[in-house]
Amino acid sequence: MTMARITSKKPEAPAAETVEKTIGGDKNGGKRVVPTIKASRYYPAEDVRQPKKSRKSPKPASLRSTITPGTVLILLAGRFRGKRVVFLKQLESGLLLVTGPYKINGVPLRRVNQAYVIATSTKLDLEGFTVDQKFNDAYFTKVAAKGSRSAEEEFFEDGKPKAKEPLPASRSADQKEADKAVLAAVKKTENLSKYLKSSWGLSKGQYPHQLVF
Amino acid sequence: MPESNFKRFVEVGRVVLLKAGPSAGKIAVIAEIIDHNRAIIDGPTTSVPRQAYPYKHLALTPLKLTGLPRAAGTGAVRKLAEKEALAEKWEKSAWAQKRAAMEKRRSLNDFGRFSVMLAKKQRRDVVRKAIHKAKKA
Repeated sequence: MTMARITSKKPEAPAAETVEKTIGGDKNGGKRVVPTIKASRYYPAEDVRQPKKSRKSPKPASLRSTITPGTVLILLAGRFRGKRVVFLKQLESGLLLVTGPYKINGVPLRRVNQAYVIATSTKLDLEGFTVDQKFNDAYFTKVAAKGSRSAEEEFFEDGKPKAKEPLPASRSADQKEADKAVLAAVKKTENLSKYLKSSWGLSKGQYPHQLVF
Repeated sequence: MPESNFKRFVEVGRVVLLKAGPSAGKIAVIAEIIDHNRAIIDGPTTSVPRQAYPYKHLALTPLKLTGLPRAAGTGAVRKLAEKEALAEKWEKSAWAQKRAAMEKRRSLNDFGRFSVMLAKKQRRDVVRKAIHKAKKA
């Protein structure tokens, strides 16, 4: 089976082949017609094989069927590993938006990768609750670092913990607002808040492939 | 024959528990013995089709359908099983209840396991307090 080979360079007529440029200096003729794209000054002795261009493009991860809004997830990695959190929605980048809720286990509104999560079969009833549109990837991206510091400043600061910016008040207000509906749903089930408060772990004789989550 | 300690025999009417195959976990009755390896079993009241089955994949139970003639057809087995209420007798037995409890424990989800842990803790606490009270008295 022969496959059509796509050459890396397509022969195309450029927009404008030549351009008029003004040249400085007295005796240089004032204006000159100069080609827009100049020929290369270097060619390799033998033709080098160009690697094929890949036609694959990364797409945002598709959501597992077991994860629906209100599902309790177990975080497996990161600062909050072992915590049980509530899933809210999947963002455009493919990451999952989760919340502790903050009052229960200290996990704020946060993005989490689906690959580092166990989905349990415990689901909260979040009927009628839609996550505010403002919680998207842009809301969570790190703010660009404030201007570069001089070498002297850095030298003196060395060894001391970096000064952290205090959390803007809007963040905690957002957290409270988003957690209202979730907390109401949690209170409906007995022991569920205790469950979310505790952390998950494997004990002797427990094997993940034999456990039902 | 000198006294033997065997009580459960492979015989016509013996109730058996299927250990493997699509009907694993269900009970059936031995209707006929084929040879030293297989028997014909039938479980019309427990949805086990009449078939030849190797003893290797059967477990003998202490239950028995007395009065079942050899090579009785499915209809006769069903009538006798319904008269003796075999399925209920099995469900009430300690063996069947232990099996059910094991299955329940294995199928618990994460929240279930957590709730069991809480319940055990509460029970432990009540017992501890009762013991302490009794000791003081």
